[in-house]
Amino acid sequence: MNLKTESKLEKLFKQGHFVITGELGPPQHSDGSDLEHHAAELKDIVDAINLTDNQTAIVRLSSIAAGIHVLKGGATPIIQMTCRDRNRIAMQSDLLGAYSLGIRDILCLSGDHQSFGNHVQSKNVFDIDSIQLVSMVKNLRDEKKFSSGAEIKKAEPRFFIGAVENPFSSDLDLRILRLEKKIKAGADFIQTQAIFDIAKFKEFMKQVVDKGLEQKVKICAGILPVRSAKALNYMKNEVAGMSIPDQLIDRFEKAEDKKSEGIKLAIEMCQELKEIKGVAGIHIMPVGWEAALPEIINGAGFLPRPTVL
Amino acid sequence: MIVAKMKPLDEISESIKNAKKVLVAGCGGCVTVCLSGGQKEAEILSHSINLKRKLENKPIEISSVTFERQCDKEYVDRFKEYLDGVDTVISVACGVGVQYMSEQYPDIIFVPGQNTTFAGANIEHGIWEERCMLCGDCILAKTGGICPIIRCSKSILNGPCGGSQDGKCEINKDIPCAWQLIYDRLKMQNRLELLTEVLPPKDWSKSRDGGPRKYIWEDNYNES
Repeated sequence: MNLKTESKLEKLFKQGHFVITGELGPPQHSDGSDLEHHAAELKDIVDAINLTDNQTAIVRLSSIAAGIHVLKGGATPIIQMTCRDRNRIAMQSDLLGAYSLGIRDILCLSGDHQSFGNHVQSKNVFDIDSIQLVSMVKNLRDEKKFSSGAEIKKAEPRFFIGAVENPFSSDLDLRILRLEKKIKAGADFIQTQAIFDIAKFKEFMKQVVDKGLEQKVKICAGILPVRSAKALNYMKNEVAGMSIPDQLIDRFEKAEDKKSEGIKLAIEMCQELKEIKGVAGIHIMPVGWEAALPEIINGAGFLPRPTVL
Repeated sequence: MIVAKMKPLDEISESIKNAKKVLVAGCGGCVTVCLSGGQKEAEILSHSINLKRKLENKPIEISSVTFERQCDKEYVDRFKEYLDGVDTVISVACGVGVQYMSEQYPDIIFVPGQNTTFAGANIEHGIWEERCMLCGDCILAKTGGICPIIRCSKSILNGPCGGSQDGKCEINKDIPCAWQLIYDRLKMQNRLELLTEVLPPKDWSKSRDGGPRKYIWEDNYNES
């Protein structure tokens, strides 16, 4: 098998498996034991786990450190790295550090603006953008070169590179154009924004397939399990770049057992998304509802997870 | 031009609380155009402080004067005759004016009357918007004449980010998404191919990140 990295994800994609990933939000304190505990619970349920990087611009245990707790729990971490808080020097330094500690997968993002968090007076960095970050990680790996052009004389970090895409924000043509740029920059896999509007996602995937982009990058469809109409309304009105169909809100308003309705919806979505041409996996973001992951993944028929040979 | 906004009266008053004789120095340049620190505003500030101090039973000697600019020596020299006995000057120029004036009159205390906010343009009467961050390495030729460095909240060179929705920025629905503007303009001009290029990381050394900057004029056009 011709592989670029030691990443488990890369192997699974290469072997043709439909990949299932989860996500954990690191805590706002310095105790990583919950992360290790959750990782141990999820290690046979998902193929890898994203660790968010100070999401919504609120200080949390670092994504790389969180990744190490996940490794200790026996699962595979995907560390998220945003461009908001570090310049290219700090990012490359952290990439070397993360790789030296056994992390093999990274997800490159712009990052939520600090005005969303609780440190609104902070200075943002944005020295490079997420596409330039993808390109930088690729150059570290494939050219053995730092962003400066200086050579890495020994042991280059060989990450399997992820990026995100939001099929729902701005013009569809513009999103496709940007996806193509991410592929050009070196993205190996894509995780999408949480999908609620499947019809709109299908339009996006049709364009992806028409252009043959799914041949060049593995696309994982994002799912965010919800358990109330309130949560959907909040996302519809307050979260940038979300598309929430009214019938879903209606469905949750009418549901008697909101939790089981949430599990049921997530399972339906898993099954529907899996059938869409070009979708290579599912990424589930439980956002504090970690207990939902095993139920959804089992219910969708994704268990047992494949073992890497 | 440079856009500035007057500081609250209380903040200015606090910064001159020990002053005995004060001059409010107006500027006839950018801050006159943006209606914040010209002759009229300097006079109003002078009168306001005078009145405030009278009401507080702490009278102060205060007057105002305005010249063309505070960033050129020939105009700054003209303030000299108004500075006799003055211990404190409130400059209502931009931050450049406050500093340049204080360099010329180092014995006098200079305090800013304004917050210098940005380099921008007059969009409609009484409204100015930021357009340039003075980065020293202009990329407008590649972005349809719209600057993502200053107009995108994340200074993204390969945008838009996932937070762009309905043409608006994720941080505020009143802020247009710069990359939507760039896309729309290039599409209209049939130049969308410009957006397929991955723009490399920016050379920030030409900006303030390379240290404080200096420009030395060379007559490139007349010397050959």
